[in-house]
Amino acid sequence: MEITLSPLSPSFSKTFFSSLYELKDGERIRTCLQCGTCSGVCPFGYIMKFPPGKMIGALRAEIFDQVIKADSVWMCISCNACAAFCPSNIPITAALMTRAKEEMLLAGNIPAELQAAMENTQRYGNPLGESPRKRADWTAGIHPEVNILSKTRQPVDVLWFVGDYASYHSRMQPVTKAFAKILNALGVKFGILGTEEFSDGDSQRLAGERGLFEMVAQKNGQLFKKYKFNEIITTDPHAFNAIKNEYPLLGIKYPVRHYTQFLFERLEQLKPLMKKEVKAKVAYHDPCYLGRVNGVFDEPRALLAAIPGIELVELSHQRMNSLCCGGGGGGMWLDGFQWEKAHTRLSEWRVREAMAVHADILAVACPYEPPRFEDATKTIEGAGQLKVREIAELIAESMEV
Amino acid sequence: MKIAVPVKFVPDLVEELTIDSGGTALDTSWLRLIINEFDDHAVEQAILLKERGGGQVIVAMSEAEGADDFLFASAAKGADQLIKLTGDFSASNNHALARAYADLLKELQPDLILTGVQAHNDLDGSVGPLLAEYLGMPYVGYVSGLTVAGDKVTVRKEYAGGLIAEMEVNLPAVLGIQAAEQPPRYVAYSKIRQVMGTAKIEERVVADLDLSGGITVSRMFQPEVAERATMIEGSPEEVADKIIGILKELGTL
Repeated sequence: MEITLSPLSPSFSKTFFSSLYELKDGERIRTCLQCGTCSGVCPFGYIMKFPPGKMIGALRAEIFDQVIKADSVWMCISCNACAAFCPSNIPITAALMTRAKEEMLLAGNIPAELQAAMENTQRYGNPLGESPRKRADWTAGIHPEVNILSKTRQPVDVLWFVGDYASYHSRMQPVTKAFAKILNALGVKFGILGTEEFSDGDSQRLAGERGLFEMVAQKNGQLFKKYKFNEIITTDPHAFNAIKNEYPLLGIKYPVRHYTQFLFERLEQLKPLMKKEVKAKVAYHDPCYLGRVNGVFDEPRALLAAIPGIELVELSHQRMNSLCCGGGGGGMWLDGFQWEKAHTRLSEWRVREAMAVHADILAVACPYEPPRFEDATKTIEGAGQLKVREIAELIAESMEV
Repeated sequence: MKIAVPVKFVPDLVEELTIDSGGTALDTSWLRLIINEFDDHAVEQAILLKERGGGQVIVAMSEAEGADDFLFASAAKGADQLIKLTGDFSASNNHALARAYADLLKELQPDLILTGVQAHNDLDGSVGPLLAEYLGMPYVGYVSGLTVAGDKVTVRKEYAGGLIAEMEVNLPAVLGIQAAEQPPRYVAYSKIRQVMGTAKIEERVVADLDLSGGITVSRMFQPEVAERATMIEGSPEEVADKIIGILKELGTL
């Protein structure tokens, strides 16, 4: 499709433009310098017909309907790299990309894989399409037993928001169990929502389903209100981001921390418990919604460094400049669509980076990542030796719990 | 053109199915219901026809948990009229359901009736042909595309082996939809919410169901777990030799 100067629907660009003004800092889009940094830093910018900078150009030229017609916005994995490096501080991911996806979705133009994830969230409260009754099945065999608040109604210090992939994904359930064992070993008085918990909804929101996000957020909000706790912790950076930055806008306000922050605070208590050596060269991958979006860079590294035997190395893309695993903003549910367009996966790129620094282990702190990176180690030649481990798994291994 | 789509819910296989203490039916206490996939395609096909040639789409279903949500979602996709049959459907079968739909459709007098070609819980035949019989209309099943022209419809019916037949049917008719011309669309949750505030669901009371013609279940079984597989180990050559040995032993070689 060629870009033409005559808009298909003349008023569309204006309506869309003004809808951005209603979003936080949305008006900053007018300060765009057309420097192209966003399109350059975007890991899929090279494949998009309209990378972010060009989208803004099309908006100004009042031919934004052509952006919507081209479906390249579904290549956006909401990693926030564009916004982080924008010299004009334009909220490109939060406002422009998300609004554009909303527009696509409202028009019913949504890739089939993503549609299934949305329908599953609507119906089952999780994008995987698993039975809500099985959400707490991972707790089987943990001692002392995990406190499920709907059953015990006991007040706790910490409400652990477990999240979708940590609850259901077969690769992630051992990590979730490991974290429960760490909490037990530290004597933390914690509880979970169990079968009542809903998806945090953040990735659905960033994939354009604002209404669905609000629905699940309200449901989680009602649950938070029902139980007594001092703070929320989660192993899921997407849930962390939602509860920290998005739920408060809906009036759901609770203190929340990522588990790496929570454990870092207890590092002195943790250190003597980590006796077993984990002899390995470890490269840490910064999850987008933990690092770049929410500024948590040091705690995960400090935890890894405290595990005896670990030698920490840095990947070429790190901290603010971290490279997305490809799972954000709906990417978890667009694998086929994005593969057709790009014939590569960001997780594969990342695995090559880990190989380049001769890492034995690629350490992660987000439930989207172990399955994605492990798949990539199977498709990249010579990557079979690279192990992908969640930080909680490595800590539990060293603690021998 | 008036298009009616009578649909039904089926047990959602995301939940494990259990048999009730009587041993002849599913335990409904944990049962979760979902739209029959083929009926979902029938709704989509009706909306596609409306978008193509205008008309009115009526979606009807019997009372069940989640029925309102499904009807509102259909309205958000483009359905014009929503009807819910109320009454005691707990012992219902497809014969009874088809009779209840027939009574409703005689009154509504649609030009075309689309319904899912089958459902995984059809024990006494699928709804479509029963409905056509009770209404005295022609029926074609396994339809995956159609064109309406005047008082006739040209349907594409799927056969085994990848064959497709094109046939012309006089309207009014009942069609069993195998697949809509495009997969059922997504409708944003905000749109469904909007519709919930504006659309109305008409309720029609079905006083007594006529269950005759259905089947009687004498016993329902869970699939049995058996250990009949043998894992053969060794190098490819050894495994091949062992397989040949087993086949000889069984007298197949």
